Amino acid sequence: MSSLHEFLSMGGYGAFVWPAYGLAAMVVVVNIVLPLKRLRRLKADIRRRQGIAS
Amino acid sequence: MDKYSWAWFHRFASPPYVYRVAELWAPWFAWIAGLLIAAGLYGGLWSSPPDYQQGDGFRIIYIHVPSAYLSMMCYGIVATASTIGLVWRMKIAHTVAVAAAPLGASFTFLALITGALWGKPMWGAYWVWDARLTSELILLFLYLGFIALSRAYEDSRSGDRAGAVLALVGVVNLPIIHYSVVWWSSLHQGSTKFFGGNADIQTSMLMPLLLMIFGFTCLFAACLAKRVQLELLGRERNAAWAAEAVR
Amino acid sequence: MLALASRDLRISFRQPGEVLTPAMFFVLVTTLFPLGLSPQPELLRTIAPGVVWVAALLAVLVGQESLFKSDYEDGSLEQLVLSPMPLPLVAITRVTSHWLATGLPVVVLAPLMGLLMDYPTQAMGCLVLSLLLGTFTLSLLGAVGAALTVGLRQGSMLMPILVLPLAVPVLIFGAHAVAQAANGEDPSGVLYLLAAFLVLGITLAPFAIAAAVRVSLES
Repeated sequence: MSSLHEFLSMGGYGAFVWPAYGLAAMVVVVNIVLPLKRLRRLKADIRRRQGIAS
Repeated sequence: MDKYSWAWFHRFASPPYVYRVAELWAPWFAWIAGLLIAAGLYGGLWSSPPDYQQGDGFRIIYIHVPSAYLSMMCYGIVATASTIGLVWRMKIAHTVAVAAAPLGASFTFLALITGALWGKPMWGAYWVWDARLTSELILLFLYLGFIALSRAYEDSRSGDRAGAVLALVGVVNLPIIHYSVVWWSSLHQGSTKFFGGNADIQTSMLMPLLLMIFGFTCLFAACLAKRVQLELLGRERNAAWAAEAVR
Repeated sequence: MLALASRDLRISFRQPGEVLTPAMFFVLVTTLFPLGLSPQPELLRTIAPGVVWVAALLAVLVGQESLFKSDYEDGSLEQLVLSPMPLPLVAITRVTSHWLATGLPVVVLAPLMGLLMDYPTQAMGCLVLSLLLGTFTLSLLGAVGAALTVGLRQGSMLMPILVLPLAVPVLIFGAHAVAQAANGEDPSGVLYLLAAFLVLGITLAPFAIAAAVRVSLES
């Protein structure tokens, strides 16, 4: 338990280290999720148009 | 023979081929990135000892350095792709440039924020007009300008070419901007070093850093592949290959 | 080329309003700083190089916005592209005559604004020389931005966003030369560097402007 606490406090730098990592995780997740979501929507859109055309 | 050896290059001018290649490669890059970053995080946050001068605050460099490196490499990709697109009139190259720019901007932003969070405990202020932070800020402006310009045109081909001209002007300027900012900040304050004192970095710190750099690069490649797919499909949604690709 | 230059000059000077706008802008922006900060001579003397240079930079860029606008709208830009003269040459002629009409008045007014900012009179020569070298480089950069955005509706807002980051080196060295001269140091090294930027700009920018004009006309 104390080792976990020690880990989280980062020798007093926790307030700077963890927001940095959290933000990095956020940027990475957005970079992954956004194109995937848009790609899925675009594919559905193309499929729908095809349905209308044929 | 000569004709044959260039065949691979010409295939990259074909949107369906590039789309399929990107589809094939993206998961591989993503998995490798996941493994490398997991190993890098374990090494960086858990098993490496605190720095004797900066304590645990230095652990921010494990994300700051890869982001800063990617932010610069990505501008190189944008500029190279723009050159290829302008010189050989290759549409795919422009697609790569347009797809890479938002990624580059996001990593530049990350490098700036992590630099500020690192600077607060080390320099006592979130923002100091350090040469590296200032250059990175200007790089962010260059990315935003490129994105704004290439999207401002209704016709994506004109937007591509306008953005490409801007990217080339930018890449000629970047070294001048960088060195002038370095000179300017050395004039107004002593240069601040990122690695306290001397730049000797221990192996226990270097290994996780290298893992993170390679991991971020693979992650970037995976995201870029997906964005290229998105751009290609969006631009050629009425083409026959697009109909087949979404099946 | 001479015919083109004289035509461009006549157009630029036909409307005195267009000639005076950047100069007026320059004077007004510089005047805002003592009003916004404080009129203490010591403070004004410290910030004078930066203020005069930032104001000149903004004024030149504001002036560049109209560089290709009327030519684009009445279709004469297309004729210039089709003319037998190489487009980069057309571009540099256009930028030069436009600079004479918009950039030069700013340079001429600079000593006056220097006086208002309590800038030492014996260093005025350096102020003028640095602006002379720098504003032309900025005109060339601004022309690239103006050519890229001339066909866009929101171009007038976009252009400074594209060009301002690229103008950073000129601002840094220009303002530094002016500050050095005010401190009684020899600014010739930095002035040579500004001249080098100008030479680089004259060599490369016309080709970028030509490429940008072609892109704008295609859309």
